[in-house]
Amino acid sequence: MVELIYLVPLLPLIGFLIIGFFGKKLNNEKLVGAIASIAVGGAFLVALGAFLQLTGESSEARTEHIVRLFTWIQAGSFHIDIAYQVDQLSILYTLIITGIGTLIHIYSIGYMHGDKSFPRFFAYLNLFVFMMLNLVLANNFVLTFLGWEGVGLCSYLLIGFWYDRKFEGSHIVWTGDAAKKAFIVNRIGDFGVLIAMCLIYMRFGSLEYTTVNMAAASGGIDAGLITAITLLLFLGCTGKSAQIPLGIWLPDAMAGPTPVSALIHAATMVTAGIFLIARNSTLFALSDTTMAIITGVGITTALIAATIGIVQNDIKKVLAYSTVSQLGFMFMALGVGAYTAAVFHVMTHAFFKALLFLGSGSVIHGMHEEQDIQKMGGLKKYMPQTYITFLLGTIAISGIFPFSGFFSKDEILWNAYANGSPILWGAGVLAAFCTAFYMFRLLYLTFYGEERFDHHHVHPHESPVTMTLPLWILAILSVFGGLLGIPKALSGGADINILEHWLEPIFANANSILASHHTNAHHHSLALEWGLMAASLAIAIIGILYAASLYKKSSSKPAEMAAKNKGLYNILWNKYFVDEIYHNVFVAPMYKISLDFLWKIVDVQIIDGIVNGSARAIAVSAENLRKIQSGIAQNYALMMLFGIVAIIAWMVFA
Amino acid sequence: MVQDLLFTAPFTFLSVMAIIAMVLDALIVNSSRITFIFSAITLLFSGILGISTFGLHGIGFNGMVTGGGFAAYFDILFSIGGLLTILTSRQYLQRENIEHDEFYSLVLFAVAGMMLIAHSNHLLILFIGIEVMSVSFYILSGYMRNNAKSVESSLKYFLLGAFATGFLVYGIALIYGSTGSMDYNQIALNINNNALNFPALLPVGVALIVIGLSFKAAAFPFHQWAPDVYQGAPTIVTAFMSTAGKAAAFAAFIPIVTVLMPSAPVKLQMIFAVMSAATMLIGNISALAQTNIKRMLAFSSVAHAGYIMMGLVSGSQYGYSGIVFYLTAYMFMQIGSFIIVAILERNGEKYLELSDYAGLSKRHPVLAAFMTIFMFSLAGIPPFAGFFGKYFLFTAAIDAGFLWLTLVGVLSSIISVYFYIGLIVKMYFTEPEGQREDNEVGMSGLSLIITIAGVIVLGILPSGILSIASNLFNSTH
Repeated sequence: MVELIYLVPLLPLIGFLIIGFFGKKLNNEKLVGAIASIAVGGAFLVALGAFLQLTGESSEARTEHIVRLFTWIQAGSFHIDIAYQVDQLSILYTLIITGIGTLIHIYSIGYMHGDKSFPRFFAYLNLFVFMMLNLVLANNFVLTFLGWEGVGLCSYLLIGFWYDRKFEGSHIVWTGDAAKKAFIVNRIGDFGVLIAMCLIYMRFGSLEYTTVNMAAASGGIDAGLITAITLLLFLGCTGKSAQIPLGIWLPDAMAGPTPVSALIHAATMVTAGIFLIARNSTLFALSDTTMAIITGVGITTALIAATIGIVQNDIKKVLAYSTVSQLGFMFMALGVGAYTAAVFHVMTHAFFKALLFLGSGSVIHGMHEEQDIQKMGGLKKYMPQTYITFLLGTIAISGIFPFSGFFSKDEILWNAYANGSPILWGAGVLAAFCTAFYMFRLLYLTFYGEERFDHHHVHPHESPVTMTLPLWILAILSVFGGLLGIPKALSGGADINILEHWLEPIFANANSILASHHTNAHHHSLALEWGLMAASLAIAIIGILYAASLYKKSSSKPAEMAAKNKGLYNILWNKYFVDEIYHNVFVAPMYKISLDFLWKIVDVQIIDGIVNGSARAIAVSAENLRKIQSGIAQNYALMMLFGIVAIIAWMVFA
Repeated sequence: MVQDLLFTAPFTFLSVMAIIAMVLDALIVNSSRITFIFSAITLLFSGILGISTFGLHGIGFNGMVTGGGFAAYFDILFSIGGLLTILTSRQYLQRENIEHDEFYSLVLFAVAGMMLIAHSNHLLILFIGIEVMSVSFYILSGYMRNNAKSVESSLKYFLLGAFATGFLVYGIALIYGSTGSMDYNQIALNINNNALNFPALLPVGVALIVIGLSFKAAAFPFHQWAPDVYQGAPTIVTAFMSTAGKAAAFAAFIPIVTVLMPSAPVKLQMIFAVMSAATMLIGNISALAQTNIKRMLAFSSVAHAGYIMMGLVSGSQYGYSGIVFYLTAYMFMQIGSFIIVAILERNGEKYLELSDYAGLSKRHPVLAAFMTIFMFSLAGIPPFAGFFGKYFLFTAAIDAGFLWLTLVGVLSSIISVYFYIGLIVKMYFTEPEGQREDNEVGMSGLSLIITIAGVIVLGILPSGILSIASNLFNSTH
């Protein structure tokens, strides 16, 4: 099956082409939805086959599958293939993308029912899956970059999918503005990746992952260069994965339809940054500076986003900030060298965050496009299935034993303590506390308390089965997904951490480099690990109870607290004013320079002046030449005579 | 003697047939139908003879003419040009009521003159060839006897042509006086050995010959007759003169320059470079201001002479083969566009304005599409023949160290895009005005298909003709 891996990206591409070109003509929602879902579902089955083949092989053999399709770019010694690298990391990502992708496609058939651009939506969605698969399956930077840019494009197209709708945000009026913001912010990061690629090619003479990482592992590379390369790559990751300083686009990306938020802006695309670092773990392990920066950025983002999430009232924005915060967790894990933990969290997060987004979509659907949780409440009885699955997702993200979030979050926190510092652990636990708090706040405000919506206009109802079925499947995964990574501490010393074993060969090089850097690593006792685990669990439960005390029953307490801490509340409500600062420091001056200088002076006066001026000069000379062409033969003869004299003179005298 | 005739078979055959055609005109009343078929077949056969003598190589008639190779290539080219002209002309002449009997035999004579130019290895033969061609052109351009413009163009052409011929003859005389010979090989030998009678006369003679030939090629500052004559002459004659006539001028130029260049290489290169640059710029800039399509194409034809002259500047085998390629490409694209003009025009003067081409794509989608391809090719846009023609000439000029000339060439090409594409814009993006008579394509369709095929094939597979063209100069050197 591994040789057939090209089918995995190919099927969604075919789906995109069929729906893109004939979707409107088919004029049948069910058919279009079925084609799109089957394309992704088929890809999932092929990936599953490849996965099963890998499981039957020795762990060394698993890393050596490279399927070369054809030469893509050939210029001198520069050579890039369209080639797919099937190994433990890429197949895991592929399964997440196609698996959750299939569920979200099915869900979308119900969610997008009746939309005037139904086929366009599925065409974009299939194109996205194609691009995302190229990103993770590529065996070289360039093909990954193709996917990287491709998912950025699809993200842009899907955020602005309802281009004629308004969307509220900082300096944003239309959904199109939000799409542009996402695209432009990402471009900044992509530029970093591009430069990093140039540097890598300069130093290693190749852009294939295996060659580059092999050469990096053998050592002898200038530390400054490695730091530059990895920092530039990380800049790209902060764009794609919405970290400081480029994370501001993700909350506004919620302008897109909710399935898009679930697939692109929670489960898959935003984790591309984690993938890129995991794929090049050897390179990153070589630079302590970069690793430290990644840790710092990760934990800071996790904390900032989590605190902002506490005060948001838009159901999707709460989830968006939660995503940013969880991605921060993953980067912190990468920064402390816990690659497996990061990828583990990517997986569990994909389950429960996709579930929560789809659940919120179900709520929005049932509430007639209402997104403000202050105008909801008491929906439990109207949408029981959505409620139960949402509850399971919320428990999972809060990190309550034995739900999936507990295991991955705890592995990260433990690594933060063991490889980092107690302070890092403390910050992580604080962020986890906030997470538990705002998630249960969201749950209580939506499903409990008094019904704050207008009963005359809004009649909440449960969603159709195409929407609730994916919810249940994701709920099951959210509950049990964590069992793939049970730590030794909980298994009584038995080695049953499946995921860690699975990914071990991928990160072997990086881990040995890191181990050589930290020779003084001390051994921590089992009791300490138990203690920390219990502490973080207890704090998460405190967060839940606190949320319950404030929001389970409608009360005026939250409003009073906001009034009492007006300054703090304002900072959080305005998202630490990051958008405003960016606007005033970068956007506004740039806009002014563009308008007053580049356009009015450079473009209009200089460039247009040259173009129009030369055109005018030629037109004038054409008119003058016309006068010389008088039609009188004698004048022509005279002209000839001048020429004759000139030529003879030149020949004889010059 | 038999050997000699064999070398020059296309030319001798054509000359004899041209005389027979003239006799037929005299003997038979209303002979045009017969002479039309007769001359078409004659040109077909002379072309075939050209192909079959292509592999030969030699000098005949006491060193007066060459055969095979270079000469045979041009025999073929001229035959194609004549054939395309004749195929298109019958319908045109009948519609304009000017199908007088002699037209076809005059075309044959003109082609015979051109072939003699290509075959010449002797200055006198060259002169005779040029005169045979020119006299035929003088008559042909005034062929619309009742049309003042046509008559004026004929007279103007004759007056200025006679003026230029005078210099040409004078140049021949001075070269003879200086080198003691009119045979190309002997002249080259004497120049290279510096065995000159009056060394001071040679540069003047060279200058005068260059001037005489530049007039025939319509290069600046001897180009001013061309727009007036090309506009006044019957369209189909213009097509013939501006392509085959120009090709003949360069068929004369190449051997002459090869012989005379060593006498003053740097000066001659500079003269050609300046003339080439000025011709390109003036041709294209003037074309920009035209509202009449024939006049626009006439000026563009002047500009193309400038491009071709870049090949002379290089004075290399590469430049010469570039010229041969360009002349071939130019033959197809220029005749092709004039055929379309001829199909659409009426009464010699009607529907010749650029504004008459508004909305042509709606009335004649196929003609408009063909015209578009010809315009793209003339502008030098790939994948059509004109692009590679320019490419070879420009690279030849760069190789010769004339980067500035290439820049002028590129610049003037950019200017030319404005009016070539302008016509396309007219045809496709403006609405047609008023009603028109139906246009009959008839036999012109065949010539159109030949020309369009030539433009496309040369554009997609240029290497075949280019390798033939460059082999021409391997053997003569």
